[in-house]
Amino acid sequence: MSGTATTSAAAAAAAAAEQERYYTASHWRLVRAKFGRHLLARAALAVLGVIYAGGLFAGFLAPYGTRTVAAEFAYAPPQRLRFVHGGRVQLRPFVYGHARHFNDTTWEWDYHPDPARKLDLQFLVTGEPYRFWGLFETRLHLFGVPQPGQVFLFGTDKLGRDLFSRNLHAIRISLTVGLLGVAFSFVIGCLLGGLSGFYGGPIDTMIQRVIEFLIALPTIPLWMGLSAALPLDWPALRVYFFITIILSTVGWTRLARVVRGKLLELREQDFTMAARVAGARDLAIITRHLLPSFMSYLIVDLTLAIPYMILGETALSFLGLGLRPPVVSWGVLLHEAQNVQSVALHPWLLIPGLFVIVSVLAFNFVGDGLRDAADPHK
Amino acid sequence: MLPFLARRALYMVLFLFALSLVGFLIIELPPGTYLDVHIARLRNTGVRVDQAEVDRLMHLYNLDSPIVVRYFKWIGKFLGGDMGISFQHNRAVIDLIAERLPATLLLSSVTMLFIYAVSIPVGIVSATRQYSLTDYLFTLTGFFGLATPNFLLALVLMWLFLKGFGVSLTGLFSADYVAAPWSLGRVWDLLKHLPIPIVVIGTAGTAELIRIVRASLLDELRRQYVVTARAKGMQESRLLFKYPVRVALNPVISSAAWILPGIFSGETVTAIVLSLPTTGQIFFSALLTQDMSLAGSVVVIIGALTVVGTLISDLVLAGVDPRIRMERSNR
Repeated sequence: MSGTATTSAAAAAAAAAEQERYYTASHWRLVRAKFGRHLLARAALAVLGVIYAGGLFAGFLAPYGTRTVAAEFAYAPPQRLRFVHGGRVQLRPFVYGHARHFNDTTWEWDYHPDPARKLDLQFLVTGEPYRFWGLFETRLHLFGVPQPGQVFLFGTDKLGRDLFSRNLHAIRISLTVGLLGVAFSFVIGCLLGGLSGFYGGPIDTMIQRVIEFLIALPTIPLWMGLSAALPLDWPALRVYFFITIILSTVGWTRLARVVRGKLLELREQDFTMAARVAGARDLAIITRHLLPSFMSYLIVDLTLAIPYMILGETALSFLGLGLRPPVVSWGVLLHEAQNVQSVALHPWLLIPGLFVIVSVLAFNFVGDGLRDAADPHK
Repeated sequence: MLPFLARRALYMVLFLFALSLVGFLIIELPPGTYLDVHIARLRNTGVRVDQAEVDRLMHLYNLDSPIVVRYFKWIGKFLGGDMGISFQHNRAVIDLIAERLPATLLLSSVTMLFIYAVSIPVGIVSATRQYSLTDYLFTLTGFFGLATPNFLLALVLMWLFLKGFGVSLTGLFSADYVAAPWSLGRVWDLLKHLPIPIVVIGTAGTAELIRIVRASLLDELRRQYVVTARAKGMQESRLLFKYPVRVALNPVISSAAWILPGIFSGETVTAIVLSLPTTGQIFFSALLTQDMSLAGSVVVIIGALTVVGTLISDLVLAGVDPRIRMERSNR
């Protein structure tokens, strides 16, 4: 009897300690804990981490640069990583080099793997020079094959450029367009949503009408029209910058609505009144007291806005109206796959599409997890 | 109801004005004017164009007046049906758009029907069988539908059909029927070509609407009146359709406000990939050739269509749900 009594007492003490931890935990700690319980969101976050890291270290991970041309291997199909050669298993992965012959009907080179040209993958090899983060020049690559062999894990494009390397480098552009666009949207959305919700009245009505107008417009034709107006002779960086601005012309509206709704709710609260009585100015009240109290909701909406930006950039560049070569983004890569004939002959040109789908899915899952975690007291 | 109607109509006029500004902006933005292009073309064909002629043309097209004057002259003509000349096609813009608009309208309205016809039943099934295998399957499909760009979906479907059946799925008619007069055979041909574009354009909207139907029906099913009715032994199917489904469909009607722009967006991209004879395609080629009076006019027309569509959905919603009428006129 006494044994069960002590265990139940211990359990009660543990439960009390647990409860105390819950009550004393900071808001952000609860958010983190709740997000951690969302398995899919955690997995998606990990996937995004891997993809971003791939972009960050693209120079090292990719065997070739984005403009390196292997002219004799135009439209070469992807090589499979193999472990079995002639019935013998080996741990070091290898690929078969391409043998090619001219196809009289398609008027293109046909490639097939040639077992006689076995190419073992070498790790940490010296290859083409590149600048690591623009800091220093190095020739170190994660993997490569002995010269004069070549390795094309995702195949090549019409000029014979390695698509594995190009896809990796494209991460840098494709996945920062979303971040930069969201940053723009954040600034505009907070500013206009803040004005709208804090002051109300005619300012509110006007801003709300503008938002309704922008939501009612079909976005893609609008974006196409605006980006077609960007001069063709602009440097790539400026085009990139303006495309993200164009993408945020619509993106800020959602955010502005969240900000406004929350502000309308919060400006009536006692702590706002207290701040006002204490003589705080409007801007200080908004930035010091109101914004932090609904930051978590903002982050959710920001995360869910990123995939729309990624899809927008991909669609524009696919049509040839967004970013243009020599800039490499997934949309620019997909531009090569514009008609069904080239897709039918070279299906590997669609690989960038898989990257787009995976990263958009991942952002959506992370956003969903954050949405649940944003209100951890529920 | 009357003040509500008047308010909505006023907003619509304001919206259309803002829309015309956007269209004008798109026409005016590109560096150089369509006149430069025109003059360059004339010179290329051997026509001698001197400064006096340039000035005369400048004056003819009002390019020498300030931008505000130009806007009002442009919008005045636009409302009268004169949207300028497309230099690419050498034809009146309004004729080009009038040729293509029926196909756009047909495709958009059928896609709209498709979205509702699929998402409402699927949403109901998902909500009533929450966390079942069916629910998970639909949710997963929905996520993929949202994450896949339409052009990619179009390309993959075309590729699969080309591989599987050896048919190319471009356009709305096969070669035999493109220029043929209307007949039963042509209608059948059109019906055969419609499904792919509809699925491609409608997937994203369907996916989003399923989530909305599911969420709002789930909210409704937890209400007390549902529990009460069930406790009284009401038949489950009657219980479901009598009130909860009807209440849950309100957000579906108001969703037209963002589904319509989505359809027109998707239609533009899909038309380019599948070479559909709709406004999307001429819009795209107009942008590529800097034929801006055509491009700007398409934006205005398509935008106006969505605004009108949104207004209609607002009116339907106000008719269905008296709460909305009251709330808006009280504000």
